[in-house]
Amino acid sequence: MLSRTAENLYWLARYVERAEYLARTIDATLRVTALPAAYIGKTNEWDSALLTAGVSASFYEAYSEANEQNVVEYLAFSPSNPSSIKNCIEAARLNSRSVRTALTSEMWDTINGSWIELQEVWNKGTGSREELAKFLRFVQETSLRFDGSAYRTMLRNDAYWFSRLGLHLERADNTARILDVKYHVLLPEEEHVGGPLDYYQWTSILRSVSALTAYHWVYRETLKPWLIADLLILNDTLPRSLASCYSNLVRNLDQIGVAYGRQGASQRHARGVRNRLEHSHMDDIFQHGVHEFIQEFIADNARLGEIITKQYLI
Amino acid sequence: MAVAFDEMNGPGGDLRPAYQELSRWLKETPPNALEYRRQEAELLFRRIGITFAVYGDAEAQERLIPFDVIPRIMSAKEWTLLEKGLKQRVRALNMFLRDIYHGRDILRANIIPDDLIFQNPVFRPEMNGQDVPHDVYVHIAGIDIVRVDADNFIVLEDNARTPSGVSYMLENREIMMRLFPDLFARHRVAPVEKYPDELLSALRSVAPLSASAEPTVALMTPGVYNSAYYEHSFLADKLGIELVEGRDLIVKNDEVFMRTTEGLKRVDVIYRRVDDDFLDPLTFRPDSALGVPGLMSAYAAGNITLANAVGTGIADDKAVYSYMPDIVKFYLAEEPILKNVPTWRCREPKDLAYVLDNLGDLVVKEVHGSGGYGMLIGPAATKATIEAFRDKLKREPEGFIAQPTLALSTCPTCTASGLAPRHVDLRPFVLTGRDHVTIVPGGLTRVALKEGSLVVNSSQGGGTKDTWILDE
Repeated sequence: MLSRTAENLYWLARYVERAEYLARTIDATLRVTALPAAYIGKTNEWDSALLTAGVSASFYEAYSEANEQNVVEYLAFSPSNPSSIKNCIEAARLNSRSVRTALTSEMWDTINGSWIELQEVWNKGTGSREELAKFLRFVQETSLRFDGSAYRTMLRNDAYWFSRLGLHLERADNTARILDVKYHVLLPEEEHVGGPLDYYQWTSILRSVSALTAYHWVYRETLKPWLIADLLILNDTLPRSLASCYSNLVRNLDQIGVAYGRQGASQRHARGVRNRLEHSHMDDIFQHGVHEFIQEFIADNARLGEIITKQYLI
Repeated sequence: MAVAFDEMNGPGGDLRPAYQELSRWLKETPPNALEYRRQEAELLFRRIGITFAVYGDAEAQERLIPFDVIPRIMSAKEWTLLEKGLKQRVRALNMFLRDIYHGRDILRANIIPDDLIFQNPVFRPEMNGQDVPHDVYVHIAGIDIVRVDADNFIVLEDNARTPSGVSYMLENREIMMRLFPDLFARHRVAPVEKYPDELLSALRSVAPLSASAEPTVALMTPGVYNSAYYEHSFLADKLGIELVEGRDLIVKNDEVFMRTTEGLKRVDVIYRRVDDDFLDPLTFRPDSALGVPGLMSAYAAGNITLANAVGTGIADDKAVYSYMPDIVKFYLAEEPILKNVPTWRCREPKDLAYVLDNLGDLVVKEVHGSGGYGMLIGPAATKATIEAFRDKLKREPEGFIAQPTLALSTCPTCTASGLAPRHVDLRPFVLTGRDHVTIVPGGLTRVALKEGSLVVNSSQGGGTKDTWILDE
């Protein structure tokens, strides 16, 4: 297939995934900031939301204070934030238009239909919290429908695999970023002065990656920070864990390699990252520093994006 | 201006045979049902994303072309005549182009003045003496046809560069079949769905000799911001070919390749929807980012077929158009089946004088214009507009032609105040492959939705209708 088509499919999936993640982040932040101050402590959750979205620096160029109104505006609607939900949806629609021939009509219909419906939100904004909540839900549903229609209707060929690469790469990045910002509340208790305050931070993290219920199913325990870290980093059964993203990335890259009869740098690199995750234990990770581990992962993940681009997309 | 011929209710108001069943159906169908269907059609168009962009209109970046649900119907007999005329005309166009860029017999025979060709900005000296695969220049032609009475089809324009609109022909039919299955059951409408197949086989048939037995065809678009982008992606999808932009292509050793995830892949035929000027920055506009450097040299080496060929604009020129009856006679030694609109060439002083004296009654067009832009419709224009045109004409007479205002035929059309006649034209799409010319029965009917308006262009508020050729 055309490199540009593959590139568009890859970015299309990334934008949709990012839009969903931003919607989840805002959602989770709204919940935690609605709690009485005694439950969340002194951290500014809106600041963390900006950090997990990776747009803190550019935010402060335009605003002086990270409060609900400013951050929601910036993350969801701002045209000047290149990865606002609005810009992600617009970019997804534009990418879809460029690769219409590679999309199934169901996928196109999801993106185009949502885009049409969202025009009203762009024009009028969300006046109330109810409307904002409805909008955030709609964005998440759009992503689910897009993902579902891709899964159910696409031919299993390179178009599908490139689209999945974008999805999993973006997902891994999002999960890693939230861990990067919140790692301090996940440190084992003896190293951390916190206590019950953190409980709501933990649920908030799990909510951002839609893993709150999953946690209970997997561990059948009350929330323990090291288990949360274990779930999000190493547990292959959780679709948003780093391990799961890399199992998928390795598989999709292998499928491309087989179809094209050729392996390359991206297959090797992805396998390397996956092997490291497979052979890691939470104890070691804590011992060597969660923060360092996550930062290294984020760099490795970004590197994979570059390698894929070089190998296939240009 | 004479009273327009109505295609449903002929002269004297007699219902014409092709419309009998439709008329019966219209009487049975409550008017609000039509309105409901119209809204449903609009929703479908928007969902599918069948939109076009109007240049210079930032507000309405993606607009729908209004769709009128009342079909325009022609009998098999009418179509047969039209089809014959179209094939004849396109055959002559191709022979004319081959001659202009080779022996120039027609100039030596003094049928067309030399300077009309050589001074013409759409004449491409780069094409002099260059052979194109299988001598086909215009693979896809969109010939604009109007009617003024029951017997005569008149050619308004020959679109020989990159005619658009065929996606509407196909989608209008799909949507009509979804909305009005009953109406279809009551007619025998010739299908148009074979068009993509016919187009692909025409394109494959003209692959260069250096191509493999399974030539690779691609459709080249200027990109997603182009007004006809939907059509480009629609056609690429229907043909099952790659939709490429200039940046997807690269020329190496005079061969054209596309960049794929598996490396470079040779392309043999490009159905290009990019104007000549933007094809190759090395040959044409150096500032163009849409094109492919070296494409023209691969073309000259005979390793790529461009459809349509470079330089077909000369056959699309409205001053050259006025010679079409002579062109048909010269190459085919046949009488032209389709008439031309009488045309005054403003480049000729006698004609110019007449045009200047009668501006209020004439239609004046730019010789290279399209899309209904830069046109004067005398009877509908204000004094100031007419005077502005008078100045333009005096300054650059060779840039214009003039024609009488035709009473285009009308068809019943949904309007705010119920069904009413509106002026229509027809653009059938004529495909020329290596050894045959084909036309799917039908075309794009454009309708001027404003009462009395003669401008059917979608960029000027025109709409479209499904066009039915009844199979008898």
